[in-house]
Amino acid sequence: MRLITHNMLSCNIKGVTNGFPLKIEAEKVIEKEVDFNPDFLRHMFAKIEWKALAEAARSMGYAELPDDSPDAAVIESADETFLRKLHHALLELHLEEGALVCPETGRKFPVNKGIPNMLLHEDEV
Amino acid sequence: MKLKQLEGLLGDLQQFSNPKVDLEQYPTGPHIASRMLFTAENSYGDITDKVVADFGCGCGTLSAAAALLDAACVIGFDIDPQSLETATLNAEELEVEIDFVQCDITKLELKGRVVDTVVMNPPFGTRKKGADMEFLSAALKVSSRAVYSLHKTSTREHIKRAALRDFNAKSAEVICELRYDLPKLYKFHKRKEVDIAVDLWRFEPKQN
Repeated sequence: MRLITHNMLSCNIKGVTNGFPLKIEAEKVIEKEVDFNPDFLRHMFAKIEWKALAEAARSMGYAELPDDSPDAAVIESADETFLRKLHHALLELHLEEGALVCPETGRKFPVNKGIPNMLLHEDEV
Repeated sequence: MKLKQLEGLLGDLQQFSNPKVDLEQYPTGPHIASRMLFTAENSYGDITDKVVADFGCGCGTLSAAAALLDAACVIGFDIDPQSLETATLNAEELEVEIDFVQCDITKLELKGRVVDTVVMNPPFGTRKKGADMEFLSAALKVSSRAVYSLHKTSTREHIKRAALRDFNAKSAEVICELRYDLPKLYKFHKRKEVDIAVDLWRFEPKQN
C-alpha cells in the first residue's frame, strides 16, 4: 500500500467521527522506483491531505516532507527538488506489513503483503 | 499500446480458481476489458496520468488494463482475499504497480477527491439484490472525473434514473452495448455458455 492510497482511507466504524487519518504502524516498508511525473504531482498536490501524508511518510521512515503544506509557489517553481520528495513519499514507499490504526478508537486494520484489510466486524457496522 | 496488444496481455491473466457464487464472481474477459479501458482513454482521456480506482476488482483485470494504459496510480478494491492474492500475482506478472485494498466498498467511505476515474464490473445484483446500485452509488461519491461501469441492458432505464436522480450524476450515457459471454462457471448453470446483453456506461459526477 502506498501513501496515495492511505490518503483516502479512514475508519468507518459506526459512530466514529474522527477516523482520519489512520496512524501507521510500519513493520516492513519497501521502496520501489517509478517514473517521475511532475505535472501529475502538481495536480495531486492540490487534492491530497498534506498533514496526513507528511505524518504517514514519517511513520514509514521518510522525514523529508515539511509538516505544513508548502506554498503553491514552491510547487509551481521550476525547481523539482520538492516535487521529487513528494513523488517519493506518495508513490515509491510501500507498506508491506504493519497496521493502520484508527485515531479515535485504536482499532487496528492489519496490512499483510501490502494489502490493508478494512473489513469491519458485524458490531462495527 | 494498441487494442489487440492490450487484449492479448489481459488474456494471459489468471482468473478465479474457486469463484464464489454469492459474490457474483465472474471474470471480466479480455475482449470487454480491453475495449472498456481503451475507449475510456482514447475517447475521453480518463485513464493515462490519472488516479484510477477499480471497485470489485476481483482478479484485477480492469486494474491491469488501466495500469497498462499508463494510469498514474491504480487502486483495486475487493472483499475477497483469494481474489486479491490472484490480483497481486497478476500485477507482478505484468510488472505493473497496483495497490489493493480489502474492504466492503459499499461501506468504505473514501476521503477527498483523489480518485479521478472509477472503472468497474460490479455484481449485477442477482445474488444480493441492489448490489449493482450500491456499487454505482459508491463510485459516484468517490470519482472526480468519470465512472465506467457494466450493467445488464435490461436495467438500463432504472440505472439512468437512479444515477441522475439519486446518485449525484451530472450525466449518464450508454457508450455501447456488449455481449458478455459467461462460460458455465457454477454447477447451477444449465447451459454450457450464455451471453448476456450488457451496457457499458459512462457517468460523470456533479462537481462539489
